[in-house]
Amino acid sequence: MSVNTNKRIVVVGNGMVGYKFCEKLIAKAKSDQKFELTVFGEEPRAAYDRVHLSEYIAGKTADELQMAPLSWYAENDIRLYLSDPVVDIDRQRKEVRSHHGLIVPYDYLVLATGSGAFVPAIAGVEKEGVFVYRTIEDLDLIQSHARKARRGAVLGGGLLGLEAAKALLDLGLEEAHVVEFAPRLMPRQIDEAGSGILQRQLESLGLNIHLSKSTQQILGGDTIEGMQFADGTVLDVDMLVISAGIRPRDEVAKAAGLETHPRGGIVVDNFMQTSDPAIFAIGECALAHQMIYGLIAPGYEMADVVAARLTGEEKEFKPYDMSTKLKLIGVDVASFGDPFVEEPACRTITYENKAKGIYKRINVTPDGKELLGGVLVGDAEQYNMLLQTCKNKTVLPPDPEDLILGSRGGEEAGAGVMSLPDDALICSCEALTKGMICHEITENNHTTIDSLKKATKACTGCGGCAPLVKDLIQGTMKQQGLYIRNIICEHFDYTRQELLDMVKMNGYRTFSEVVEGLGKDDGCETCKPLVASILASLWNENVLEKGRATIQDSNDRYLANIQKGGTYSVVPRIPGGEITPDKLIVIGEVAKKYGLYTKITGGQRIDLFGAHVSDLPKIWEELIAAGFESGHAYGKALRTVKSCVGSTWCRFGVQDSVSFAIEVEERYKGLRAPHKLKSAVSGCIRECAEAQSKDFGIIATEKGWNLYVCGNGGSKPQHAQLLATDVDKETCIRYIDRFLMFYIKTADPLTRTATWLNKMEGGMSYLKAVVVDDVLGIGEELEQEMQTLVNNFKCEWKEVVDNPELRKRFNHFVNAPEEKDPTVQFDDMRDQKRAKEWA
Amino acid sequence: MELIADKKDRITWHLACHQSDVPEEGGACALIEGKQIAIFHFTRRGEWYATDNECPHRQQMALSRGMIGSQQGEPKVACPFHKKTFSLKDGSCLSGEEYKINTYPILVKDGLVYIGI
Repeated sequence: MSVNTNKRIVVVGNGMVGYKFCEKLIAKAKSDQKFELTVFGEEPRAAYDRVHLSEYIAGKTADELQMAPLSWYAENDIRLYLSDPVVDIDRQRKEVRSHHGLIVPYDYLVLATGSGAFVPAIAGVEKEGVFVYRTIEDLDLIQSHARKARRGAVLGGGLLGLEAAKALLDLGLEEAHVVEFAPRLMPRQIDEAGSGILQRQLESLGLNIHLSKSTQQILGGDTIEGMQFADGTVLDVDMLVISAGIRPRDEVAKAAGLETHPRGGIVVDNFMQTSDPAIFAIGECALAHQMIYGLIAPGYEMADVVAARLTGEEKEFKPYDMSTKLKLIGVDVASFGDPFVEEPACRTITYENKAKGIYKRINVTPDGKELLGGVLVGDAEQYNMLLQTCKNKTVLPPDPEDLILGSRGGEEAGAGVMSLPDDALICSCEALTKGMICHEITENNHTTIDSLKKATKACTGCGGCAPLVKDLIQGTMKQQGLYIRNIICEHFDYTRQELLDMVKMNGYRTFSEVVEGLGKDDGCETCKPLVASILASLWNENVLEKGRATIQDSNDRYLANIQKGGTYSVVPRIPGGEITPDKLIVIGEVAKKYGLYTKITGGQRIDLFGAHVSDLPKIWEELIAAGFESGHAYGKALRTVKSCVGSTWCRFGVQDSVSFAIEVEERYKGLRAPHKLKSAVSGCIRECAEAQSKDFGIIATEKGWNLYVCGNGGSKPQHAQLLATDVDKETCIRYIDRFLMFYIKTADPLTRTATWLNKMEGGMSYLKAVVVDDVLGIGEELEQEMQTLVNNFKCEWKEVVDNPELRKRFNHFVNAPEEKDPTVQFDDMRDQKRAKEWA
Repeated sequence: MELIADKKDRITWHLACHQSDVPEEGGACALIEGKQIAIFHFTRRGEWYATDNECPHRQQMALSRGMIGSQQGEPKVACPFHKKTFSLKDGSCLSGEEYKINTYPILVKDGLVYIGI
């Protein structure tokens, strides 16, 4: 194709693919190529992220979903006409006419008209309360109708239908139903067993699923009242969202005499060219390789093919892999390669865990050498590896089941991302191979995710490749023999561990001393709280004194937890979860007096919410008078030591777990660390205090105590591991001293003990060698350092209450100390108050 | 400490507080003409700044409780809620989003802080 200057290009459609085409064309245009781009869009707004449409209901704004602001089009000299669809193509004169009568000539025309919702011919679909789910306008209509609706249904249990079902859940309808014609959910992606697991998961989230249901009629007068099915049953609903498939928007192309498929779609060749060589079609309106590609990644690839052609490159659209991974209403679902191939053409390996809601299936060749495809439901962490193994026909390990089960003993299955060939596709949205990404890392020095994102756009589409890209950075750097230092920020060219050592050596006590001695400029919200934590871990002086208040994270600065609306919550310490009736009454009285919402926490304490900043010192004053201390719920510090009731009451208990929990909590209270610390003590092997989910947990035995460390609840639960067995209390405390100090001195910022251990070379056996066997000979030093911190403990609340200078900072208005923030608002809920929802 | 603002002529100065009311290297909120204004004393740079107290991300009155610092030399404040950062000089969002906050002229004289609106 010859390349002229000043080519006039008209793009019909401003959806994601139409937008991507403009972006790619501009990026590919060479210096001597000039394009006049005109874009017509039917919708009133510029291209937005339709893939994540349900997030609009969940609270994202239309602006946040936008692919690029209007200014982007202006900056790139693109004429953008919105609310103005093209209604006619005159192929003879090579010009288009828009709805508003605008006539624009073209040298090349790119049709990116996308698709509309397929609405099956069911009697009554015209009724009020029946919607489709394609555009932000559709969502606005759904949202406004949902205010007066109680029961909603989605027609269609495919990918889009389940997205729409999420929107119904987010809208807070009392009942949300999904009605599917096929006998399973997501019939194009997953098999029956996978659908079964997905169904259970979705039902547990409050969705009602109806399969093998053929809808015959929409019931009701002007407005929908129900759905009648072919089997005679009826479902009462007052709104319905139809999401039963897509219909390519090929009507303008058809009217212009371009070849279209009888079942919809503009027929294109491998170069996205229609039957008219001056006209291309891309995205969901195009029929390539006999199919409509209803996913975003192939749509982007089509845009790339046309942009390449128009800038004089040769590129072909090859049959595109329809493998996909997504999170549906919080449940991971993935399918790749050929998910449905059956024996004898393959050997199928499945794993099903109904309790955890996990289903995995892989299909391997009969000789067990190659992966053909598979399905993952509930846990799709291995998706990227499996997809690459499948695409690259990598030879499988001798036990292919290791791919989905993980290796049980012996070496890790596979060798991770570094073993993939250079042409393995890592980011399918932007078509980036492993080789391209590694090139950016080694040649252009993009060694962080952020700079790689900017350079290659990896991880910016669906984001699914982020873990692989991270591993690639790590792996590539390691291959080059580079030691990866985790630098704190632009102000400190040190790791946390290095900084801690130097602050200690120099005896620095304030941020000014630290930044002047070891850093540069003024600091920021990353290094200030980090230095604050180091200073507290080294000296345990009051966090608000000597100019340290303003380097604390906001919660530490106000010794309380900031909540929605700008009020704070207060958690008094209740060591071991033991509290007298008198103290309970005081908490109740304080909560009543200051109008606080009360809730029992997971750590056997009581949280008081909704306190105005100016009330905090008064609240603490009353709590302190009754014998309470700060619970440090606001700090990266020891939170609670939970306990079961133990041998003083429990007929099974073998030791007094409550007394030991109180002793442990009193010892480590206020201890600041790289992250928060939680602990628990159980009085017997039944483990009612859940000590094995804590940073350090103690379980009573007949002979003494077992000490477990580095457990974690939260988003990535991890069981604690046994560090010492049948030790007495004194030894147990000594080991905890050493363990905690070693963690404080060596962990990366904001790293919990579990992650710290996972990254530690040598793992648990090394940690044991340091803490128990004292191979580094630092045991005694660690214990002494801990003892110094313990001796320095003072209750921070009390110090504020007793210090007028510190107390003065607890006001909302500096020039009207009595006045509270008038923007703070509450709603009522179950006889208490709650924070008003974000605007 | 003298005038930092450039639009001297068309503004009215309002007394906000004493210099010592604002913590060093930190902020405080003043109520001026019904408006919540965040005042920052960037002590190590010898600079004072005034901005909206409201963070535009979730409309929370909290910027005065945010941490100040610098990014490539540009003075900034981080909202305590979700760590959106804003330039103290022109109010633009430095964490890559389309938000913007208003900044106000500020004057410190004889130990008193004035805001120009």
